[in-house]
Amino acid sequence: MLEIKNLSYRVDGENGAAVEILRDVSLTVEDKKFIVITGPNGGGKTSLARAIMGIYPPTGGEIFWNGEDITRLSVTERAQRGISYGFQQPPRFKGMKVRDLLNVAAGEKMSHDTACNYLTKVGLCARDYIDRDVDTSLSGGEVKRIEIATVLARKSGLMIFDEPEAGIDLWSFARLTDTFREIHDKKEATILIISHQERILRLADEIVLIANGAVAARGSVEEIYPKIIAETVIACDRLEGDRKC
Amino acid sequence: MLNDIQKNILAIVADMKGTGEGAVNIRSDGQKAFRRNTEHIVIESKTDKDGIDIRIAPGTKNESVHIPVVLTKGGFKDMVYNDFFVGEDADVTIVAGCGIHNCSSCDSQHDGIHTFYVGKNARVKYIEKHYGEGEGGGKRILNPQTVLYLEEGASVTLETSQIRGVDDTKRYTKVECRGAGSEVVIRENLLTHADQKAVSEMDVFLSGFDTKAQVISRSVAQDTSSQIFYPRVSGDNKCFGHVQCDAILMGGAKVRAIPEISCNHVDASLIHEAAIGRIAGEQILKLMTLGLTAEEAEQKILEGFLR
Repeated sequence: MLEIKNLSYRVDGENGAAVEILRDVSLTVEDKKFIVITGPNGGGKTSLARAIMGIYPPTGGEIFWNGEDITRLSVTERAQRGISYGFQQPPRFKGMKVRDLLNVAAGEKMSHDTACNYLTKVGLCARDYIDRDVDTSLSGGEVKRIEIATVLARKSGLMIFDEPEAGIDLWSFARLTDTFREIHDKKEATILIISHQERILRLADEIVLIANGAVAARGSVEEIYPKIIAETVIACDRLEGDRKC
Repeated sequence: MLNDIQKNILAIVADMKGTGEGAVNIRSDGQKAFRRNTEHIVIESKTDKDGIDIRIAPGTKNESVHIPVVLTKGGFKDMVYNDFFVGEDADVTIVAGCGIHNCSSCDSQHDGIHTFYVGKNARVKYIEKHYGEGEGGGKRILNPQTVLYLEEGASVTLETSQIRGVDDTKRYTKVECRGAGSEVVIRENLLTHADQKAVSEMDVFLSGFDTKAQVISRSVAQDTSSQIFYPRVSGDNKCFGHVQCDAILMGGAKVRAIPEISCNHVDASLIHEAAIGRIAGEQILKLMTLGLTAEEAEQKILEGFLR
């Protein structure tokens, strides 16, 4: 079980004043649940995911995973305890091959068939990709799918995906949603996905709406999705008012 | 007979177990330690200066030549001229590593000048690894020069790497793609650490019609070491050339990259790229999310980069 208690994350702004990125966030996620975190851009979704992974150190609050306080643990220690995170914008590595990354993720040299299995789950053919460098020769969508494959290869208890749909074509995205559904159906892991895609939102047991660094709403797809649709974003408050910006 | 130190160095610089296979010439402390010719590859000692001539018969396919050099005597200075004559349509792999074991307080140095005459439509893969070891205060110095002349349709891939332990190196590589359709790929990997210094200069002349050159330089500079790269490509006919220099900086190291491209023909197309910087923090974080420590992540990134 993942328990987030009163988590806050504050950074120094450009003018020296503190900026609250996460404000008193509390969230409990039961084992094997499929939770989609959504919300407006800049609301704190990625910061929350990164705080769970240990990439951002919280300035307040606690995080528990399977009953253990992991708030002060390093990224490596959290990974070793079964937490994994698929980056929104995965880094590229000159000279490192897809096979190398998958081996690191699995913690062992995996067979071609096993690697093929993980790549197929993200809509890639191992024959074409296994010996490719994870560098700028790959498109954004390809790197993103390889990133997701590394998370799958971790076989983690908690899988966090940060906008897995970003940059991925419709056909591959359909394959990806099937993979998420399959993991959930087989109760293989607790899944936390940051997403704006209806297709992923529809898979969720629950949707958590994060806005202004706080949990704005939480509930079933039926409860939350209509609210999101109803609240159309106003781009410019001033324009809405006196028609002058 | 080779001792354990020599065997170990041979394994590192030439991937050889014992005396290996195919044509072989092992040079140890300035002397011929072992030689084996094959039906198609003949190695002969020069009579006018120190070094060997390697003659590869036309049409030789899938054969290899290993000509490693080992220095184990402290303070020994070696200078050698090796000439390769690669016959038409041959397809061979040439391995020419050099390792220095120096436990003395005097400098050990090996300067090698390798000249290749690559015949029509011949294909050569040339692998050269440099390595230094030993606890003595004496420096381990390696100054290789590699010169290639390519005839029509010839193709050469150079894979050179300085693994570690070389205190001072001045590398010079010159390639003349004279023949139409000839092409060269140069991959140079270089690691320096402590207060080591490395300079690598290259001149690639694309004088033949429809010639190609690709220069890929990858280097890692650690501690207070310093490196200078000066790859120059000149396009004197219809040709294509691409120079890519990438360096990772660590600690207080310094790297200068000065790629130069000169187009002297309207159909010459040359590109250069150079990037120097530390390992990106996101790369280390990504590998940490896969369970590696920061140190293991850094090592993994360097391994891939210098592969």
